[in-house]
Amino acid sequence: MQSTSVYDSANKVPHALQELREALGHRHLIFQLVRRDILTRYKRSFLGVAWTMLNPLGIMVVMSFVFSQIFSAVHSYPAFLLTGLVAWNFFSQSTTAAMYSLVWGGGLLQRIYIPRASFGISAIGSGLVNLLLAFVPLVIVMVATGVPIRITAVFMPVSLLFLVCFSLGLGLAISTLAIYFPDVAEMYQIILLAWMYLTPIIYPETAIPKQYQTVLHCNPMYYLIQLWRLPLYDGRWPAWSDIWPAAAIAFGMLVVGWFIFTSKSDEFAYRV
Amino acid sequence: MRYHVPSERIGTFKEYMIRAIQRQIKMRTFWALNDVSLEVNRGEVFGLVGNNGAGKSTLLKVVARVLRPTKGRVVVWGRVAPLLELGAGFHPELTGKENIFLNSALLGFTHRETLEKYDQIVEFSELGDFINAPIRTYSSGMYARLGFSVATSSEPDVLIVDEILGVGDESFRQKCQTRIETFRQRGAAILLVSHDMPTIQKMCQRAAWLDHGVLKAIGEPERVIQIYRQGQE
Repeated sequence: MQSTSVYDSANKVPHALQELREALGHRHLIFQLVRRDILTRYKRSFLGVAWTMLNPLGIMVVMSFVFSQIFSAVHSYPAFLLTGLVAWNFFSQSTTAAMYSLVWGGGLLQRIYIPRASFGISAIGSGLVNLLLAFVPLVIVMVATGVPIRITAVFMPVSLLFLVCFSLGLGLAISTLAIYFPDVAEMYQIILLAWMYLTPIIYPETAIPKQYQTVLHCNPMYYLIQLWRLPLYDGRWPAWSDIWPAAAIAFGMLVVGWFIFTSKSDEFAYRV
Repeated sequence: MRYHVPSERIGTFKEYMIRAIQRQIKMRTFWALNDVSLEVNRGEVFGLVGNNGAGKSTLLKVVARVLRPTKGRVVVWGRVAPLLELGAGFHPELTGKENIFLNSALLGFTHRETLEKYDQIVEFSELGDFINAPIRTYSSGMYARLGFSVATSSEPDVLIVDEILGVGDESFRQKCQTRIETFRQRGAAILLVSHDMPTIQKMCQRAAWLDHGVLKAIGEPERVIQIYRQGQE
């Protein structure tokens, strides 16, 4: 036979490393899983792809209507809101999807071997596709409300990278928890809601009295969202003091999440 | 191909009341496979018989790397194609064609490799134009044909078949048996689980009887089946 691959269950390779190798080896599969998610989402829906764009747009319209008088100091509140919202949606949707796909995708786990991280990674992948689609209404709104898109926008891929790393790390960590404690899935939705209000997305940081601003600074998403909004909405190059906390948080979460996940991933097939 | 398969623990059942507060832990340990040691060689179709719940599926899953043995060691040479349940990766909304690519990816193939095999897969499954219809419109027989076709298109070194040959009509069953035989002659190892004794007798070179996780008999299919039947009385 051509292939000389051997599976030896006694082979003691550190889990974290092996999972990484397997995930890379299965990248075709991950691509197919993302494709499957996208295709199935739009096959039966009338508006299809448009819905990905309409959703954040709809929220923005409602919120703008309610809040733009309160936050009149903000230059083009709709654009401000939408920039933050687009990033937040990516984070909340991809981490939730990572969790649910692992817990409910158990059937697949029990039939064939696929690296456990495939679920999380493909959830992030699908989220990315939706994010890119959401850029369309975002750019339209920015242009329509007179927010200039400056050259600083080329920094976006870096901000996106940090966002992706953080989401993947957190997604993997909560997936592990959700396998053992199914109620985590419900709790997470509530946590997300509170978390969003603790992040300056709907409101600018300046709207919060000084003494409470430190609370915001304890929120990891604060740094990631700031780094996201600065080059795009504010049109500024992020300073080093903006960048390093976000980087540390992003990569730290990724490493921690990866280790938590892979230390328990062998047991998943038993539990699901 | 040689592999040793050992004991394994499955199904510890834990109940937590509320995480932080009181824990009531009920633990039952259950050995799905106890001290099972087997070797399956190249060019051999190895049959597994036993009642439901005997541990046959668990054994297959350990070989397919779906489960990790608690104790002991599993060594598998070559590429494994598991047919533990037809259409495992199939998504009902996607068309047959899309599912072929998805399933091939699950089995570890790149897009290009699947493209090369695509026509062959469709032909073997005899689905014709239905390949472009969403598989929720398929009958169970069509499902089975597509699943088998994709899994065997890979020319695996190890093929694991769990009781699925029962589905499908006579001509399809015949095609499956022929294909398995072709693989065998090419040197693959095939693990076959079935409740249909004639199939085991016809297709297997060796067989084993698994009962409540314990290996009760191993050897020539006819003899094993006899012992199994005697054990039922």
